[in-house]
Amino acid sequence: MINFLIWAPLAGALVACAVPRRLIGWVACAGSLASLALAIVVLADFDPSGGLQRTFNESWIPDLGVSYSLGIDGISVFLVLLTATLWFAATAWSAVRMPERPRVWFLMMGLAESATLGAFCAQDLLLFVLFFDLMLIPFYFLFGSWGQDVEGDVSEPQPVTASRATIKMIVYTLVGSLLMLVGAIATAILTSDDTGNALTFSISELTAHPLGQGSQDWIFWFFAAAFLVKMPAFLVHGWMPDAYRVAPLPALAVFSAVLSKVAAYGFLRIVLPILPDATVKFQGVLMLIALASILYGSVMAFTQTNARLVAGYSSMAQLGFITLGIFTLRPDGADGAVLQMVNHGLVVAPLLLIMVVLVERAKSDDITKMGGLAMRAPVLAAMFLIITMALLAIPGSSNFIGELYILFGTFQTKIAIALVGFLGVAMAAYYALRLYQRAMHNRLRDGVESREIPLREGAIVGALVACIVALALQPNFILRRIDGSTQSAVASVAINDCLRTGSAGPADKCLADFGITPQTTASNEGGPELQVIK
Amino acid sequence: VTFNAPEIDYAGLSPVIALTTGLCVVLIAGVLPRIDRFLVAGLTLATLAATAGMAIWQWGERTDLVSGALRLDELGLAAALIAILAASVVTVLSIREPAAEDAGLGAFYALLLGSVLGMTILASSQNLVSFFVGLELLSIPLYVMCGSAIKREASLESGLKYLIIGSLGSATLLYGFAMLYGAAGSTDFSAIADSLGPGGNADDTLVLLGVAMAATGLAFKISLAPFHQWTPDVYQGAPTPVTAFMAVATKAAAFVAFARLFEVALTDLAGDWDTALAALSVISIAVGNIGALGQDSLKRLMGYSGIAQAGYMLAGIVVFSETGLNALIFYLAAYCLMNLAVFVPIVVRERETDRGDDISAMNGIGASRPLLAWPITIGMLALAGLPGTSGFIGKLFLIEAAVEGDYTWLGVVIVIGTMVSLAYYLRVLAAVWMRPDESVERPAPEPGPMPAIAGGAPGEEAVTPATGVVAGAIPKGASRCGLVVGAGLICAAATVFFGVIPSPLVDWASNAGASIF
Repeated sequence: MINFLIWAPLAGALVACAVPRRLIGWVACAGSLASLALAIVVLADFDPSGGLQRTFNESWIPDLGVSYSLGIDGISVFLVLLTATLWFAATAWSAVRMPERPRVWFLMMGLAESATLGAFCAQDLLLFVLFFDLMLIPFYFLFGSWGQDVEGDVSEPQPVTASRATIKMIVYTLVGSLLMLVGAIATAILTSDDTGNALTFSISELTAHPLGQGSQDWIFWFFAAAFLVKMPAFLVHGWMPDAYRVAPLPALAVFSAVLSKVAAYGFLRIVLPILPDATVKFQGVLMLIALASILYGSVMAFTQTNARLVAGYSSMAQLGFITLGIFTLRPDGADGAVLQMVNHGLVVAPLLLIMVVLVERAKSDDITKMGGLAMRAPVLAAMFLIITMALLAIPGSSNFIGELYILFGTFQTKIAIALVGFLGVAMAAYYALRLYQRAMHNRLRDGVESREIPLREGAIVGALVACIVALALQPNFILRRIDGSTQSAVASVAINDCLRTGSAGPADKCLADFGITPQTTASNEGGPELQVIK
Repeated sequence: VTFNAPEIDYAGLSPVIALTTGLCVVLIAGVLPRIDRFLVAGLTLATLAATAGMAIWQWGERTDLVSGALRLDELGLAAALIAILAASVVTVLSIREPAAEDAGLGAFYALLLGSVLGMTILASSQNLVSFFVGLELLSIPLYVMCGSAIKREASLESGLKYLIIGSLGSATLLYGFAMLYGAAGSTDFSAIADSLGPGGNADDTLVLLGVAMAATGLAFKISLAPFHQWTPDVYQGAPTPVTAFMAVATKAAAFVAFARLFEVALTDLAGDWDTALAALSVISIAVGNIGALGQDSLKRLMGYSGIAQAGYMLAGIVVFSETGLNALIFYLAAYCLMNLAVFVPIVVRERETDRGDDISAMNGIGASRPLLAWPITIGMLALAGLPGTSGFIGKLFLIEAAVEGDYTWLGVVIVIGTMVSLAYYLRVLAAVWMRPDESVERPAPEPGPMPAIAGGAPGEEAVTPATGVVAGAIPKGASRCGLVVGAGLICAAATVFFGVIPSPLVDWASNAGASIF
């Protein structure tokens, strides 16, 4: 079943290549919808205390120790659902407004969705790397072929063509991914040298036998390079402004909402469990990078006038929060991070879809050329307002809960970083409201027309907005299910740290220091932490 | 007086015999009064198929042939099979190729078969003499084929250049072999290994010089930097099908011969030579990737890309291990498929447009000629080592071998090279998918009542990739390339297939690699 979940979108897209033109979009949608339905079924059957579920394991390249092994746990279950939901929305959106050369478009969208779902489900390190790289390729074609060439404007003076921007994006992001490939291979080979076992890339096996500190240190940076570039984090975000300016918005919606989450997920799924010592060692550095992303992203977001860049830089700031939460190395921080991944995805995708409408009405990406769009479009305005409120994490929204958890966690590890991080929350309010006001309020400008969002497109955005509202009412729905998995993700780090510093005595106390309830981990039989203690 | 004729293992020699026989038949068919291009190409393909059949039949046998001059094992057969695959595709590519028709069809295809014969012998030789004979048999037909477009100055120049530089390489190699023979007292690989083994004279100056010169000579053939200068010029000048053949088949045979020389005869010198080979690998990766960046000619670009790829593949030899050799064989096979997938569209567009092999010839074929666009797209992505293609698995295999052999830094260099390579591989794809097709129509290269060849209108989907239904917009002339396009599609499909289900090819490569360990 997990195989159907992953490959249904690609299968749908392949079938869509063979059907008459007017059906292409709907056949592709059907594939995506099938995937969404399966994701809902998986969630409905999900056992919060069950660890890894729906596993599928098949040897793939035995000579190289690679297996095709999949599974879903508390961290990935919501991200899979998020991916399926947003991709279905974006696919449906493109089916409504048929792009040029639809066959290639939907094929690439389907391939991208399958690869992303695969990355969230992969339980083999190499399979993860493969999906991580694979999901990038379709976006090269999507951004390059359907993107727009842009002139320079005030804030970003250089003009840029779609093909240049995408090549830059691919080169940047693959730099990290390919280093990660070397890191993954090194991890597996060094582990098999240490243990004397056959070569394997299985994440649980690698977790059970962590490497020595020296190897962990350099491998950590190979993985971190991949994930930080993909997010993007401060200093390695150079590809982001150009790519955001040229990208076709429906593809950018899923790109921005989901692909950056794969990077954050990679930290939780791979770096923390497999490289616990290095994680502790570089915790401070990563938190500082996260903090810098928050501040830089927020400041840039409220100085940009290009609406796409406002969204881009705000994502960068949000991803900073998520990274911060993960590297608190505490369950509350990690819970907040996972919750925030879902929240941010749900906010940014409809935001970018609405932007399609805004840009059409104002005939420009520039928010100084928008204004007054709310006048004859109350539904559009209302939906946009809800999204804005969620983006700025107003109390009552699920984003608020997420940021709160993250900052709670941060307070208990690095209080100074938490204090500065609060600035990011305040600045989010500024840039989100500024975007909304400039676009929707004030007088109608010349050449700008205020019109309601069309029905079918409104329904797609409306459904996503409904998800935001539902989540605001019931954030616990997510928190309850992810808690077990995030605890075990940070537990191995916590214990290793304890043992290394020799600060605490019994394991229970060790865990308690990190805010982990001992029962949870004890019930997680065969988990890495218990073996370490023995 | 009794004369004992040497025992001849006809079964073991059957691939060589089949090739030689076919070569004669094709040559004779070429001088028949009324020759049909399909007849000669068909005979060539039949010869190649028969040889492949013999090779597969002999797969798994391991014996010495011709009093130990040749070794029948999976390693040699693997190289022969790769060369046969390349030659088959090139045979199809050469149908209607002006160079082949100018040179005389029989002669052209016979030369092609002769070169394959050389590759088969080279890849299975375990004696310095047969090694050299194989190498020359491989090279001399190629010199002629490079210059076979006798009406084009560039082709003649390319042939001459290749002849001179190739001879220099051969001479260096031969000199090196002479020194090795002087030091070891034998031309036989295993005897050399014994003499240079533990307690032997491995540190003799004669040996060091001999190995260095032999490696240099081979590096010329494989086009490893800094012995690569001829590659871009020769690749550009040669008729494109010949370029495709040189790019993949020569590399496969020469690499296997390189591996056999170093891992059988010189295996005890591994500790002395691995660093030097690693340096060659790094230089090739750097020179190839940086050189390719600014190229507008696709053939030059592929030439530089080939230098970089040779650098990656050399990593498989640097580690002197079975995994390394397996990785090399896998990569050679994968490389053959993906390179041919790239060359097919280049050949077709060269005939359809008046832009030759310039990147702009590819403009907009994503919309107008999807059946050409997909092979080149898949081929380029595979060369760049992106997942979903056999190129990814090949890189994975090579890096795994490098890390396992304590050459993690070489793995990192491969990765960095790959990043740089994306810039030029993706530039081609940008032309394919992101630019409009404004190709100038021109009449077919042949006289006769053929319609003009056009690329189809931009933005119009003439052919749907999935169904393959040919819409009305496809020009008649283009459909005459049907066989060629089919070959490209098969190579691309195989590239994807082995990227998704690599096990068969991995097993095959491991089988081949295991035969000398």
